[in-house]
Amino acid sequence: MNPAGMIPAGTNPPVATPFFFYLLAAIMIVGGVMVITRKNAVHSAMALITTLLAQAALYLMLYAPFVAGVQIILYAGGIMVLFLFVIMLISIERAEKERQFNKQWLVGIVAAAALGGLFIAVYTTTTKGRALFPEGRMTYGETQNTQQIAALLFDRNVGQYMFAFEIASLLLLVAIIGAVVMAKKRI
Amino acid sequence: MLHITTLHYLVLGAALFLLGVIGVLTRRNVVIVLMSIELILNAVNLNLVAFSRYWQGIHGPTALHGQVFAIFVITDAAAEAAVGLGILIAFFRNKETVNVDEVNLLKW
Repeated sequence: MNPAGMIPAGTNPPVATPFFFYLLAAIMIVGGVMVITRKNAVHSAMALITTLLAQAALYLMLYAPFVAGVQIILYAGGIMVLFLFVIMLISIERAEKERQFNKQWLVGIVAAAALGGLFIAVYTTTTKGRALFPEGRMTYGETQNTQQIAALLFDRNVGQYMFAFEIASLLLLVAIIGAVVMAKKRI
Repeated sequence: MLHITTLHYLVLGAALFLLGVIGVLTRRNVVIVLMSIELILNAVNLNLVAFSRYWQGIHGPTALHGQVFAIFVITDAAAEAAVGLGILIAFFRNKETVNVDEVNLLKW
């Protein structure tokens, strides 16, 4: 393992990483809060799209350009359009006038706070005075990223996820059939 | 100089996960509950990609298992959204409402 922080030749050093990380993190948190607090479902969907795009930018900062592209194309472009179509199909005017939070909201907040306490307890645990998850600061060029992911998925020798890939395609087929059967008026 | 470590990404992922959990547990609108589930899945994805970056620092540039897992999670999210929204349309056709606490067709 090379010493941490050493940047191999041919890769660009990260630029203003802390600033952009905190900017994108703030966008994501604000977007997430808006998702769960807006009355209008369309506004929630817009906030969720903002969050997903900021997360794609964070993927780029993590040297994962392929996952960032998949995030934008599939999430922001595919799943959220599906959400917006369904919001248009159902009437949202009446849902806006009703109570937005259910009767168990206090219990829900308490359960989420307990989960947050668990996260804090885990993340503040130190082993021998060292943080549990030290930073990995090696920077690699992202030009080979897509090819390497494809090798893991498809390659005969180093690919370990080929069977999982086939199962995922089967899952998508089942989901297509299930969605059609569910949304059909009379089968 | 201040560095962004893996832990920063994990804390951000935990915050998003908690927001998603609060949304699932407290909102009545089914569409927003499904969106909160998407928030949870995205928090997990952020953790996976951050771990992949950390793992790359130890095992070299081809150790991309976290990113492959993130792609599988995105696939599952697409399947879940399709089936969930199909169920939502069928439910709305029968009950004319989108509130989860009025879903009691399976209640005995």
